[in-house]
Amino acid sequence: MSAPTTTPATATPSTKPVRQLGDRIFAGSATGAGVLILIVLAGVAVFLIAQAIPAFTASPEELPGGRNLAVYIGPLVFGTLLSALIALLIATPLAVAVALFITHYAPRRLAQGLGYVVDLLAAVPSIVYGLWGVAVLAPASLPFMTRLQDYLGWIPLFAGPVSATGRTMLVVGVTLAVMILPIITAVSREVFLQTPKLHEEAALALGATRWEMIRMAVLPFGRSGIISGAMLGLGRALGETMAVAIILSGSGIVTFNLISSSNPSSIAANIALQFPDSTGVAVNTLIASGLVLFVITLLVNSIARWIINRRREFSGAN
Amino acid sequence: MTSDTRTDTERSRTDGELAEQAVVPMPLVHGELPRWAPWAILVASLVVVGGILAATGNFGLGLTLVLGAVLYAVATYAVSRFVEGGRKATDRVVTIVVTVAFLIALIPLISVVVTVIQNGLARFDAAFFTNSMRGVVGEGGGGYHAIMGTLIITALAALMSIPIGILTAVYLVEYGKGRLARAITFFVDVMTGIPSIVAGLFAFAFFALFAGPGIRFGFGGAVALSILMIPVVVRSTEEMLKIVPNELREAAYALGTPKWRTILKVVIPTSIAGIASGVTLAIARVIGETAPLLIIAGLTTGVNLNPFSGRMTTLPVFAYNSYAAPGVPREPFIDRAWTSALVLIIIVLVLNLLARLVAKLFAPKTR
Repeated sequence: MSAPTTTPATATPSTKPVRQLGDRIFAGSATGAGVLILIVLAGVAVFLIAQAIPAFTASPEELPGGRNLAVYIGPLVFGTLLSALIALLIATPLAVAVALFITHYAPRRLAQGLGYVVDLLAAVPSIVYGLWGVAVLAPASLPFMTRLQDYLGWIPLFAGPVSATGRTMLVVGVTLAVMILPIITAVSREVFLQTPKLHEEAALALGATRWEMIRMAVLPFGRSGIISGAMLGLGRALGETMAVAIILSGSGIVTFNLISSSNPSSIAANIALQFPDSTGVAVNTLIASGLVLFVITLLVNSIARWIINRRREFSGAN
Repeated sequence: MTSDTRTDTERSRTDGELAEQAVVPMPLVHGELPRWAPWAILVASLVVVGGILAATGNFGLGLTLVLGAVLYAVATYAVSRFVEGGRKATDRVVTIVVTVAFLIALIPLISVVVTVIQNGLARFDAAFFTNSMRGVVGEGGGGYHAIMGTLIITALAALMSIPIGILTAVYLVEYGKGRLARAITFFVDVMTGIPSIVAGLFAFAFFALFAGPGIRFGFGGAVALSILMIPVVVRSTEEMLKIVPNELREAAYALGTPKWRTILKVVIPTSIAGIASGVTLAIARVIGETAPLLIIAGLTTGVNLNPFSGRMTTLPVFAYNSYAAPGVPREPFIDRAWTSALVLIIIVLVLNLLARLVAKLFAPKTR
């Protein structure tokens, strides 16, 4: 508030404001709430680690699968990363295009409503997307996947044979893409809207077409925003449980074949599927895999935050 | 020196050429496509693609639209390049690409809503809202127990997260300085990224220490949900408190109001609309969570109104379980799953609309 008080003996007795009882209580409870969050988060880490330790120390025979812990978690990590990566590859270009459409192409009167629709898309519960993915998307994409195998079968990704139910890694990736699209769109839209109007108008005044203006003024300004939005979407896709659990019947294999019937499961989906029936060390193993997931998402989100914060300082907007 | 003379001669030569060219008048306006041209090209390309597909016997609406869009982009580029030049042509193609991408993104949303409504309406009846699944084998039954479970668990989660969240935001904006505030900001960011299933695992790991590994109860679900909810509440409240003008605070201080009364009587009432709508959106976020509740709240067929003992079914878990592990016959279970999804979407939609309404109603009167 003011400069640090030197000694109470000096001639300025009023530098330290009178603190009422209410003031102290209120400040105390506000600080307490903040500290509580720190405690809770520390608790999350401590309790997860505590419950995961038995899995690390257990002999390999006791673990599900009867092998090493790394052998058990490895394919799950692979499945998690693969599904999230597919989702990211599909969702990012679409999301940038949608954000551009809403901010720069749509008629002014439509734009706000469209933004609201995208926000609603973000609020739809994940279980609904999962049901949609398995009931609508999987059968609908069956002919498409058959064609992929027919024409692009020489690429290992589409080697097939195509799963008869359509419940494949590719469908999971597309479903996850639909789920993270609104998040990436929302972040990109915010950044695009912050592009200095003067930059845009200057580009237009020099005779640039709309696309040239976007390429020269909007995209360079929004690049880090797009990246961080994509990273946030990636974090979401990594931790997504129900859509993967309901679509994939995963097994512990590592394969890049996206359209066959045997797929690696993801960490989160595996926990959701196995947890209700697990006892003993199996539970600890699942918690250990949850810990791995926590660390992965933590890394991804930290990178995203770092990019956002770096941008705040060097945004060029000021 | 030599270079200088050369440029001089060159300059004079170009001057001369320019003078010769100036005799022929340059057109001041560029060629431009008439306003109807894009539409004409669109219709033409759709007709051409449709015609070719129909002639070869491959006609399908989706294929026609996809190939038509591709042909439309190519044809527009060709025509525009011929009439208007390359830059304008690129601009037109990008416009088409962006618009098409937007339309593609709309397809899933429409598809999700249509599917859920179509399949969910079959069991959207009074029985679904009044019956539980106790003793139900095939037809009938409902989601009353799941709806009550969702409401109780979400209410408990909100009860825990809203005070903590708002107080933390007040601390960060009004009191927070130095290392503690920075640590809290950072860890709230970290908390936003916690996967929901990890929150469920935490709640389980925590309560299993005291109650053994078989623990399943509603309150644990509420704890897991509040871990997901607190950071959302903190973030949105913080944003809202930050935009309260400092002049208001200073005016209150100038009148001799203590800080806590300033916050309670000036700062929070000014931003209550934004805070309330942020809280409502946070509730909408967690009410559809499945994974943590699957782990810690469990599943049961009967109504359980006591969150502190016994398993408690929630709507998302009910939907998931009805779909993933249906009984025999299958159809009634699938129908109930879709109806649960429909009810969930309606709840989320209503909460979103409510948030808008709240923001409007409580907005401070500026005059």
